[in-house]
Amino acid sequence: MSVSAPPTARRPVLMSARIWFALLIFAGFAALPLIAVVTDDPFLLLIGTRILAYAIAAMALDLILGYGAMVSFGHAAYLGFGAYAVAILNSYGVTDLTLHITFAVAISALFATITGAISLRTRGVYFIMITLAFGQMAYFFFVSLSAYGGDDGTPLATRSTLFGSAALEDDRVMFYVALALLIALFIVATRIVGSRFGRVLIGTRENPVRMEAIGLSPFRYQLTAFVISGCMTSVAGVILANQAEFVSPAFMSWHRSGELIVMVVLGGIGNLTGAIGGAVVALLLEDWLAVLTEHWRLLFGVFLILMVLYSPHGITGALERFTRGRK
Amino acid sequence: MTNLFILQLLNGAQLGILLFLIAAGLTLVFGIMDVINLAHGVLYMIGAYLIATFAALTGSFWAGLLLMLPAALVVGLVIERLVIRPLYARSHLDQVLATFGLVMIVNEGVKILWGASPLSVPMPELLSGSIPLIGPLQYPVYRLAIIAAGLGIAAGLYVLVNHTRVGMLLRAGATNREMVSALGVDIGKLFSLVFALGALLACFAGAIVAPILSVDTGMGESVLILTFVVVVIGGIGSIRGAFMGALLVAIVDTLGRTFGPILLRYVMEPSAAGQTGRMLAPMLVYILMAAILFARPQGLFGQRTT
Amino acid sequence: MSLLSVRNLCKNYGALEVTRDVSLDVQPGELHAIIGPNGAGKTTLIGQLSGQIEPDSGTVSLEGQDITKRSMAERVHLGLARSFQITSILPRFTVLENVALAVQARSGSSFRFFAPVATEKPLNDAAMQALVEAGLADRAGVRASALSHGEHRRLELAIALATEPKVLLLDEPLAGTGGEEADAFIERLRALKGRFAIVLIEHDMEAVFALADRISVLVYGEIIASGTPDVIRNDPKVRAAYLGDEEAA
Repeated sequence: MSVSAPPTARRPVLMSARIWFALLIFAGFAALPLIAVVTDDPFLLLIGTRILAYAIAAMALDLILGYGAMVSFGHAAYLGFGAYAVAILNSYGVTDLTLHITFAVAISALFATITGAISLRTRGVYFIMITLAFGQMAYFFFVSLSAYGGDDGTPLATRSTLFGSAALEDDRVMFYVALALLIALFIVATRIVGSRFGRVLIGTRENPVRMEAIGLSPFRYQLTAFVISGCMTSVAGVILANQAEFVSPAFMSWHRSGELIVMVVLGGIGNLTGAIGGAVVALLLEDWLAVLTEHWRLLFGVFLILMVLYSPHGITGALERFTRGRK
Repeated sequence: MTNLFILQLLNGAQLGILLFLIAAGLTLVFGIMDVINLAHGVLYMIGAYLIATFAALTGSFWAGLLLMLPAALVVGLVIERLVIRPLYARSHLDQVLATFGLVMIVNEGVKILWGASPLSVPMPELLSGSIPLIGPLQYPVYRLAIIAAGLGIAAGLYVLVNHTRVGMLLRAGATNREMVSALGVDIGKLFSLVFALGALLACFAGAIVAPILSVDTGMGESVLILTFVVVVIGGIGSIRGAFMGALLVAIVDTLGRTFGPILLRYVMEPSAAGQTGRMLAPMLVYILMAAILFARPQGLFGQRTT
Repeated sequence: MSLLSVRNLCKNYGALEVTRDVSLDVQPGELHAIIGPNGAGKTTLIGQLSGQIEPDSGTVSLEGQDITKRSMAERVHLGLARSFQITSILPRFTVLENVALAVQARSGSSFRFFAPVATEKPLNDAAMQALVEAGLADRAGVRASALSHGEHRRLELAIALATEPKVLLLDEPLAGTGGEEADAFIERLRALKGRFAIVLIEHDMEAVFALADRISVLVYGEIIASGTPDVIRNDPKVRAAYLGDEEAA
């Protein structure tokens, strides 16, 4: 690398490579309905919508895990808040998507602020275990919420409505709305990462003591990022509930939280595009392994361990190593 | 009412003892090796499956228990060698991912080996039946035996940790890892030992609880999270903290489930009280954890400030 | 009134008294050096002044305001900045970004989520200014992890300068540097003298006597002498406890 490079020469090139890659993924998604028509496979759209939802969740998690070094093991809780926001408001006759999202974001902000403020008093393994425990607390809350089916969950009478129309009942519209949300949130997340706030967040990941020494206490910034991430994840929950037309505590089990982390790491952490790619790859891999054998979890587990032991930086890391090796 | 209270208190103590057996190993692994092991819960499950198999083979609970112990030790050592050891120098994130993978493998592996339907382990003849406590109050002998066995092991661990050379190293390791390596101790061996001991304790807990629970693949999961709560409350690396934390968590959980709805009836109407109680009870231990952490982020007996 | 005033500061680690009844006054524009043999408790003292370590008793005041209970971050905002003895930077940030972050910390809110920070001209200009003063302007675009040891020391200085301190605490800024690098650093400090007060901890006696207006000598956590370089040079207690050893060596 050239030593006398001008101040901002290197990173933007890398940034735009990532953005190009993201655009490529988005374009691929946008073409999916067409492929569904050609292959006459209506399930493709439902699978696609599910992937989009997880892509949002993984990206949101990457915002704190990758950029803030906060390994939250309770992020599935926010998927649940999003999903139950739809179910609960629907049962009161409120079906508007924007209201669903608003409600989901509001509960998530409240939960994230309280649990985040407590979790962030600690670090390392404590933080991981405490976020896991709080996630589990939310899980048990919905398990015992018998009005909404308890452990079994409850089907949705209808999907959310979009400005008074039932357009989301069409899987294709549902899919494109999910895609639009992903793109919008990707833009938001990208801007956050490149903002003043983002710089403080990344600085805190790199060296919290140094941040204190220039006058920035990490706590408020970490907590803010934690809340933003939780709120974004809940949007994914709203989509998932609509995709499945069903909500249950299974959305928020700790396995789901683990899977979100897997997606982020699979794509390479601290790199929003990677999280999206990681979600796509992880879910497709799951589906593919599930076709091979009913014991696909065993293979997935083996894959995970091998990935950690042999490719510490995920797909992006493997790709980088590969391209560097060729030079 | 008093009888119910005593009964639930004993149930709580019995659950607490089990949690302690699992948490003791976990807290040492966290504290000394700084490794987060999500697969600790599946060790508990493996213990139950092992005794189910050996007891069925030999026709005796005791022979099964005796065979289970060396098998559990082997399982612990193999897992340590294959998965945990390469993770010592890795980030917590890597440890989370790899042990999460291990959970998936073991859960699925158990399903392949033993099938998805629950197994049961017969109660040993010697410990079946109930004995009278106070007045009309009866309590199963086996549960009392669990409490006794757990207390015995707790005492043994206390002696091991506080009055032996290995224990001295363990305590030193929990407070200051660098110091132990500076003492010229083979860290690798110490780590294997700690992990194997933890695995053994978790498997033992799974084995002794098997006669009173159905042995199934989900059993490690719920216990894992509760154990995390215990470790966090007690303070990472502290056996004493694990003991107090386990009893506290188990008793709060057990009493909360029984008496929460009853107490709530004083402030709201019965049906609402029942419903709210059932909703709040499972959350109680987490609220307890939050409250303790708020006051003491390092846990009740934790030493390190991180 | 002194700019920075320390009264009866005490700190024990168990039975070990690392700071023993330390009182100290730093006047505006003054360069006050603190010297002492290894293990005298110099870094612990700086830690208590900067807010990283909490003293057991005693007070620290800045411009007459008691700041003993203030956090490190709050003290920075009041004008008390520090550099670290062991380099503490953001390794994956560029040199310019490291300094721009310090500028950002004192100018405007960091709760801005959308405007790109990389192109904020005022931030980058102020950061560049600090880099020029620290002699690191030509390395602005380099990743901080790629700097040499001497350059890291200069980056530490630039970051501290960027916080626009009233009092700058420098913990062994010359540690590990030598020869020309050290001479250039001394010249840089001389140029900065007078703009703000500096508390300098340093082993390099040549640098200390060349730069300091006042010197305090710390031995076993206690200040045994305080005065102008000439006074210190001729103080028999200091010679016995400290300088004597140096000359003999």
